[in-house]
Amino acid sequence: MICEDYVTASTTEEALAILASLRGQGRLIAGGTDLVIQLQRGERKVGCLVDITRIPGLDEIKLQDSYIVVGATVTHSQIERSPLIRERAPVLAQACSKVGSPQIRNVGTLAGNVVNAQPAADGSIALLALDAEAQIANLTGRQWVPIASLFVSPGVSRVDATTEMITAFRFRAQAPRESSAFERLARRKAVALPLINVGVRVLLDADGSHIRDARIAIGPVARVPFRAQEAEAILRDRPINEETIDEAVETAARESKPRTSLLRASKEYRRELIRALTQRALLRAIRTARG
Amino acid sequence: MAKTFELQMSVNGEDVKTQVKPSTTLAYVLREQLGLTGTKIGCEEGECGACTVLVDGEAVNSCIYPAIKAAGRRVLTVEGLAHNDELHPLQRAFLEHGAVQCGYCTPGLLLSAVALLGQNPQPTEAEIRRAISGNLCRCTGYLKVIHAIQAVSQTD
Repeated sequence: MICEDYVTASTTEEALAILASLRGQGRLIAGGTDLVIQLQRGERKVGCLVDITRIPGLDEIKLQDSYIVVGATVTHSQIERSPLIRERAPVLAQACSKVGSPQIRNVGTLAGNVVNAQPAADGSIALLALDAEAQIANLTGRQWVPIASLFVSPGVSRVDATTEMITAFRFRAQAPRESSAFERLARRKAVALPLINVGVRVLLDADGSHIRDARIAIGPVARVPFRAQEAEAILRDRPINEETIDEAVETAARESKPRTSLLRASKEYRRELIRALTQRALLRAIRTARG
Repeated sequence: MAKTFELQMSVNGEDVKTQVKPSTTLAYVLREQLGLTGTKIGCEEGECGACTVLVDGEAVNSCIYPAIKAAGRRVLTVEGLAHNDELHPLQRAFLEHGAVQCGYCTPGLLLSAVALLGQNPQPTEAEIRRAISGNLCRCTGYLKVIHAIQAVSQTD
């Protein structure tokens, strides 16, 4: 790993000012579970690492009004253990519990997972299902942007870690009659890439007989984390029965574009997985939404 | 020329000071600068867990953990488990249950188990399996490791 300098920032403003002074030679580091490996392999060259993990307050998970706010340096382990997220955004707690190993989850951050922009990133799939927003800070200020707008192509996000940073995510805490769920299949249960992962969120009507609204996020079936919007549209205002679920699941499988990959599996098998995992996630979310 | 930093941290209860570069990993400091070679280097990409140590009580892969991140923190390695020739209960249980074969993964497995029992003294078998899921062992098949951890959690 080649790197000349390392600075530990004590505020977000300081981190941004240091990055600006480094003119593209600096790069943010949080957990570093991806970045350190990229540096060790020579896949990336960085003049100076700017560590944000000691900035006070960024490691908090809070409920603010009706929103859950997750700070930039919150790790996967913190999310997995958070009673607030387990109860009111279960898709995210479940997704973060599947990432890597305990050692990786203890160090790796959700924001890092998003900035790395892998179409299979469990955290990104969950955030997409939650309609989450990310707050991006740079020298011009701070703004909230939809999570879906951050992904450009595999490994490339709109957040430029040499000049700006994600400071937090926010999403609505689930209300009564609302729930979410995450499903994933990999070659083994730990330290393995997902063949397919699915995050869903459903909002039911007052008596729990119809779906009012739904989100279905699937990875890795496109160059970026994918939302199955046609399947979502099918579920909207439909009675909950086998026919509705089957139609949505078939549609999700049709509009996704899984590829044959030696790392994962054949596209035919992976399409079958989209059906199975989307169905499981929908049924589980509906069950918990009914309470 | 890469800058050099003075790193201060606690390792196995003792304050240590050493010089590190931005790219120095915690595993390197432990093994090459402090002579604590119980921490093993396996895959060097955070997959195998042979390099597992605890930082402030949490298991981390020290081979991809920049040493600078440990500044001011408490690091525990396998050398810190025994006290005055008396093995840690988990070390004794690993020996009694035949959970050690070639031994290369053992320090990492022990530390993952220490972290688990520190947070959850009476884990279920599923919780034990999850806690050691980031530690690859090619000899034991894991069952004896799980039995050893169960033995300690039951007697506590």
